[in-house]
Amino acid sequence: MRAGRLRAGLKGWGGVGAMALACVLAVLASLLLPVIHSSGGGGAGTDDDGHGVAHGSQARAAQACTDPEKQTLAPSGDDGPTIDEIRSREGEKRKLIVGVDQNSYRWGYRDPNSGGDAELEGFDIDLAHRIAEDILGDADAVQFKAIPTDQRVPAIQDGRVDMVVRTMTINCDRLEDVAFSAPYFRTGQQVLAPKSSKITGYDGTLAGKEICTAAGSTALSTLERDREDGTLPEGVDLRTTVPNQLDCLVRLQLGEVDAVVTDGALAASQAAQDPTVELKGDAFTTEYYGVAMKKDADDLVRRVNRVLEQWRADRTGGWQHSYDRWLSETMDDAAKSLPPTPQYLRGS
Amino acid sequence: MTQPPKGSAAPPPGTGASGPPAVPPRSAPVPGQRSGGVPAAPPRSAPPRRRTAFAEGVDRLRAAAVTEPGRLRIIGALLAALVVAFGAVTAWQMNERTAAADDVLTRSQPLSSAAAGIYRSLAEANTAASSGFLAGGQETEDSRTRYDNGIRAAAEGLVTAAANSEPKSPAAQTIAELNRLLPEYKGLVERARTYNRQGFPVGGAYLRYANEKMQKEMLPAAEDLYTKENQRLSADYGDAKPYPWAAIALGVVLLAALAWAQHRHYRRTNRVLNHGLVAATAASAIVLLWLVVGHGVARSNLTDSYEHGVRSLNALNEARIASLKARGNENLTLVSRGAETTKVDGKTYDAYDLAFGKNMDALGKALAEAGRLADDAAGEQPVGTANGNMAEWKKRHSSAREQDENGNYQQALDLVIGGDGATVECFDGVDAALATALDHEKAEFEQAAGDGLDAMGYLPQGAGVLAGLGAAGALIGIGRRLSEYR
Repeated sequence: MRAGRLRAGLKGWGGVGAMALACVLAVLASLLLPVIHSSGGGGAGTDDDGHGVAHGSQARAAQACTDPEKQTLAPSGDDGPTIDEIRSREGEKRKLIVGVDQNSYRWGYRDPNSGGDAELEGFDIDLAHRIAEDILGDADAVQFKAIPTDQRVPAIQDGRVDMVVRTMTINCDRLEDVAFSAPYFRTGQQVLAPKSSKITGYDGTLAGKEICTAAGSTALSTLERDREDGTLPEGVDLRTTVPNQLDCLVRLQLGEVDAVVTDGALAASQAAQDPTVELKGDAFTTEYYGVAMKKDADDLVRRVNRVLEQWRADRTGGWQHSYDRWLSETMDDAAKSLPPTPQYLRGS
Repeated sequence: MTQPPKGSAAPPPGTGASGPPAVPPRSAPVPGQRSGGVPAAPPRSAPPRRRTAFAEGVDRLRAAAVTEPGRLRIIGALLAALVVAFGAVTAWQMNERTAAADDVLTRSQPLSSAAAGIYRSLAEANTAASSGFLAGGQETEDSRTRYDNGIRAAAEGLVTAAANSEPKSPAAQTIAELNRLLPEYKGLVERARTYNRQGFPVGGAYLRYANEKMQKEMLPAAEDLYTKENQRLSADYGDAKPYPWAAIALGVVLLAALAWAQHRHYRRTNRVLNHGLVAATAASAIVLLWLVVGHGVARSNLTDSYEHGVRSLNALNEARIASLKARGNENLTLVSRGAETTKVDGKTYDAYDLAFGKNMDALGKALAEAGRLADDAAGEQPVGTANGNMAEWKKRHSSAREQDENGNYQQALDLVIGGDGATVECFDGVDAALATALDHEKAEFEQAAGDGLDAMGYLPQGAGVLAGLGAAGALIGIGRRLSEYR
């Protein structure tokens, strides 16, 4: 953001002005360089690239890009202004407003055969209920709002939702706009293609293929960054972007694209809906899902982190229970998905 | 229908053999006379065959014009030619107008209605499909029936429209486009159903894709077709309504010529009546009167059919389409659950709910227009019913929205697609009332346009027959005078 403004400024000024600005820039260079790099890269911070840059500078700004999944506040049960505001809602409105997805099979979706009720269900939904129970004392005091992939950050910033629990990857870019909880799930980008396809994974077999991604997704930004770096196979067409990752399965089935790139967890849920497609190759990134909240909602972040700790520890109705109920069928090993013990490196 | 002009166009040349030369001689004889006619011709042109024949004719006419019988012959020929020309022009102009009025009644208006019907059926099917999904689980009998009816009616409407459109016309292209998209759309909905049955959310994704196809490609194409058919309707009205000035002017000239001929006759013979000429005058006057009155009545009927028929039908069709769009958006608000938002003046709104509001405004305006245009109780009553249902719909809609805003999704759903007290009742009420009003206005239109067509009926044929009689009368009348010279 800051880098973009600087560049735009440079363009606007001419001659002497630009020279003067260049001097200032030179002074600030060491401080700003990592930021420019991270916003240009736009990928998950866990890759080598992110590490390298982050370690290269001791500047304050660089902190954001050191292991983004660790940039969260220590858990606490204390109330604060955000939680007070949620609790002060009256009557029918006394609900936690959670942004979710209603199209991710087994994560957040509506089972058409669930007997005519319109309840959403899935792994993310379980977590949302759990958080509501902790804050408002009622697991059902949740208002779900469906949000397209690229609207997750604006929805939080505009205050349309209190939090987003929607298979949302914690990364450096997003940390500039929102605050994340500790990670609650580990996944990575994976390629999905028809079983009959010659594509074998994220490699040269993708050359010249059309790939579908969700607009505003980590998948898209990762692929775009790889294209800039030149690591993306020749002639890959990334033009097909859709509001929701599931729309990619539709495009794939209709033959409009050759492959889909999305989080392994979601790719598995797509494969579960169509026996003729499969995951190709291993995940080529490591990412963590977190609960996203307003950047200044410190009390809520701490509170959610405490809920997550309890959820992981709860052997009967917690993380493992939800995993078994929703995901074990479509994903192989729970150990692969359980994130490491969280670290809380964010100071304030 | 185009025969009369052509058939009666033949006589003028016949009489014209003596007629047209009658004009040039008046100036031609002068040089011909001075240079001695025949001697002057050889030196000027080597192949003088045509000129000689022409000059001969001129000479004969010039010779004839000096004697009274000759003059009478010329006058008789001119009068007969005028009568025939009047009849021919009248038949031609009225034939054109009758054909256009017939098109209004039997072609362009039905096609415009059919196009509105195609739009309505498509929107209905799409709304039913999204409601079926909303209900969750397996779609109800009712929503399946609505969907099937919509698709069937759209397919039938497309066949009718295709049969009546001219090949390669823009309308035909639009129809072909819709014919291509309809099965695609159906395929997507069928896939959505199948996946829905298996409990996979990808069914919903297919439905979204189908909806996108409908909203972004099919409905705009259908709207385009409706616009085109309406333009054709306006064009047909434009062809049927202008006064037949050429025929009227010719008629006036003819009557003046007949009056002059009779006045001349009276001065020369002191005889007041010449039966032939009187008959010709009567026949011409009848044709002129018939022409002016018949077309005037037809014109006023056609204007009536437009003002009270077509405009009402347009307003009602617009209202019906607006209510269907509103219903579709109301459903999609719940289907998308806030997934689509738009920003207006910095404030974020649910895109579908915002569209719903606009559709309801459009419905209100169209109903107000229809109410203003309705000219009798039978027309006003259903519009009033629709208005009442619309008000109730708005009320119920806002309470459904309130439930949804409060996070009571199931309650909101019940208020929209549930049984008693749901907005679906109001939508059905609006739709049924509008269907009644449409039937009524369609009957009014057909009555008025039919009357208009009847007022012009047989005018072309009548004009042809009377013109024939008039021409015969003129020739007989002059012939009687001529016989006195033998």
